[in-house]
Amino acid sequence: MAARLVAITAALALACLTLGPVLAVLLRADGVTRLAPGDWQALRFTLWQAVLSAAFSVLCAVPVARALARQSFPGRGLLVALMGAPFILPVIVAVMGLIAVFGQAGLLNDGLRALGGPALDIYGLHGVVLAHVFFNLPLATRMLLQGWLAIPAERFRLAASLGLTRRAQFRLIELPLLRRVLPGAFAVIFVICLTSFAVALTLGGGPRATTVELAIYQAMRFDFDLGRAALLALMQLGLGLAAGIVALTVSQGSGFGIGRDRIVPRWDGRGRRGVDACVIVLAAAFLLVPLAMVVLRGLPGLALLGADTARAAGHSLAVALASTALCLAWALPLATRRGELLALMAIAISPLVLGAGLFLMLRSFVNPFSMALPVTALVNALMALPFALRILSTEAEAVRADFSRLRATLRLTQAAWLRLVFLPRLRRPIGFAAGLTAALAMGDLGVIALFADPDRATLPLQVYRLMGAYQMQAAAGAALLLLALSFALFWLFDRGGRVNAEA
Amino acid sequence: MKAFTFATVPVAAGLMLATAVPAQTPVLTVYAPDYFVSEWGPGPKIEELFEATCNCDLQFKPGDLLPRILLEGDRSEADVVIGLNTDVTKKARESGLFAPHGVDLDALTLPVDWSDEVFVPFNFSHTAFVYNTEKLPDPPASFDALLDAPDDLRLVIQDPRSSISGLALVLWVQAVYGDEAEAAWARLAPKIVTVTRGWSESYGLFTDGEADMVLSYTTSPAYHIIAEEDATKKAAIFPEGHYFMVELAAKLAGTDQPDLADAFLEFVIGEAFQSMIATGNWSIPAALPKAQWPEGFQQLDLPEKVLFYTEDEAADLREAAVEAWRRGLSQ
Repeated sequence: MAARLVAITAALALACLTLGPVLAVLLRADGVTRLAPGDWQALRFTLWQAVLSAAFSVLCAVPVARALARQSFPGRGLLVALMGAPFILPVIVAVMGLIAVFGQAGLLNDGLRALGGPALDIYGLHGVVLAHVFFNLPLATRMLLQGWLAIPAERFRLAASLGLTRRAQFRLIELPLLRRVLPGAFAVIFVICLTSFAVALTLGGGPRATTVELAIYQAMRFDFDLGRAALLALMQLGLGLAAGIVALTVSQGSGFGIGRDRIVPRWDGRGRRGVDACVIVLAAAFLLVPLAMVVLRGLPGLALLGADTARAAGHSLAVALASTALCLAWALPLATRRGELLALMAIAISPLVLGAGLFLMLRSFVNPFSMALPVTALVNALMALPFALRILSTEAEAVRADFSRLRATLRLTQAAWLRLVFLPRLRRPIGFAAGLTAALAMGDLGVIALFADPDRATLPLQVYRLMGAYQMQAAAGAALLLLALSFALFWLFDRGGRVNAEA
Repeated sequence: MKAFTFATVPVAAGLMLATAVPAQTPVLTVYAPDYFVSEWGPGPKIEELFEATCNCDLQFKPGDLLPRILLEGDRSEADVVIGLNTDVTKKARESGLFAPHGVDLDALTLPVDWSDEVFVPFNFSHTAFVYNTEKLPDPPASFDALLDAPDDLRLVIQDPRSSISGLALVLWVQAVYGDEAEAAWARLAPKIVTVTRGWSESYGLFTDGEADMVLSYTTSPAYHIIAEEDATKKAAIFPEGHYFMVELAAKLAGTDQPDLADAFLEFVIGEAFQSMIATGNWSIPAALPKAQWPEGFQQLDLPEKVLFYTEDEAADLREAAVEAWRRGLSQ
């Protein structure tokens, strides 16, 4: 009963925090206004780019995750961690890294020119999709990899002793896995891409690449048309929820049953070394070369950073840690399929409307400026919740199903169940979820732009401030610092979750 | 929710300690754009100069300006706001939240007449396409020449729906081409590499070598001349004229420090502020004769003809101008 109460409280808090701000904005508006002529075009483009981005991210992730799951080589753990980095990059930093590789003056075009080939143009729908795949391929890969690693070793042993062909093994073991994991991964990435704004605009090449989030920005910041902003935000929310419902209905829930937690030795990887090596090298190059460019360009700027930036980094770290604690406490009771659907609301809601709504709600009680950092921590926890749940819920449900008989037989108390069974068995996904939340919270600009406090800037805000003052080199340095800190947090948590786990 | 309270209490307590000020010093709360307050922006200098004369504590609250004030309504804690642009003055005026300034504007040295009763200008510039003389030795000599330039000339501009400079650009095109604006945009379209959300992203693309010309300001080269001793960045000056961009300060009607707020608005066009703002905000001082500008600013190429719409004209034209931009670039 107590567990149920906690879950219901967590779900209510989630619903209030996503719908409350939209309501607050609607109430403050002078009525709902009509949509502007470009809004339908924006809606079409938003949907189309989100579908393409999610499809490519998920499809490309399958061979990468499979190669990583069935091959082992020195440095594999580090590679898996590093390849996760693009997802946690702040948008502005990632776009600069991508342009350094794929842009007009980028590495790729330099190479093509040297070979006498035609220059590639990154700007357009393909550029938007490329950037979204760059961001989300790591996420999709990690989700799939988690799924693969959760298959008990017994299944592969059985497959090996039965002498199953590669095709039969795919059909019996891997296909059910994909059917369980892919729809959810697709839905999460689709919803992330729905609210894309700066990426789509910068790489989209013009007004054809307008997203709904841009229309919301215009309505909020420029026209102060709260009614239109709230209406657009609700449309976006509806799309996100629809995608979530479809994905969760399509995905098949059956797991693989319980195993005895052996390390999974894979016999089937041996003959595929060449193919797998190619896949891993290609994916690593795609994900890591832009990161390397961010590092290279940021190094000279590091020397220019002052006390302001150090303080901003401190604030970002505090926000990240608070967000992580909050997000985990929130996610664990909600780690079910229904909870996951609910949480999709959190990323489908426009951060701009969320920020404005929270500002309006808080103002009646406290000075919003003094709450800038706590609110940022709260919103970042909320934004990271869907990812944390996507990572946790499959395995949490499996643990509940697999060990419920044991729990009943031993009459475990709730506390003993959490301490002895539930949390230890979820250690790996918890570590991954914590790392992801911390890193996302580091990099998020989110709501703080509406009510920033001069002495409490976070690091991403500082990057923008430096750019706004022509300090492009210092901004590159601050971006590198942000990348390093985000990655360090991610790595520490993720590593902590994998101690003693040979995977 | 328990976890939330637990996690945020130490942070919140820290914030309260940090913002405590001695009770007797009056506080002037100034809303400013975010870039103002970084160590590279004009904020710290403004604070130092004003506090030297006012016997008060000036506190910046950076972030969005007008959206925030409109959200807060008559309960805003702002006394003064600095850094508004002309695209929001109409909305700001109609809100009734701002009070007349009472400042004598005779000292202004703007290229346009300014006799606004509410908004005090403190620096200005013009929209312009900035280029690198080493990479583009022969820039287009007029707006028409820009439209007719070969398609491999690469431009980056800002979105008029999310950035002030982007909006100024569509008004600029509207002022030069009028009913032909959509056709002008269609001619410009092949040269536009991309449209960014704000000025920073565009300027970053330009300094990274992604574009030959970037929509920026006539004053941008001054930064490179003064801070980097680099004279290769220039603004292309067009005989059709350049759109005027001005930054403004205003007093809130609901201020609880009206005397300090008045003193601040006087200060903003006084000599101390005006001598500092050129290199503080990389814009031309609004009330300082050219002979007193910093050396790097005196070298700037500035337009002879300045284009500017009043706030009512701009409000009438804006929707059509943005729509012309959208259709012209979507073809």
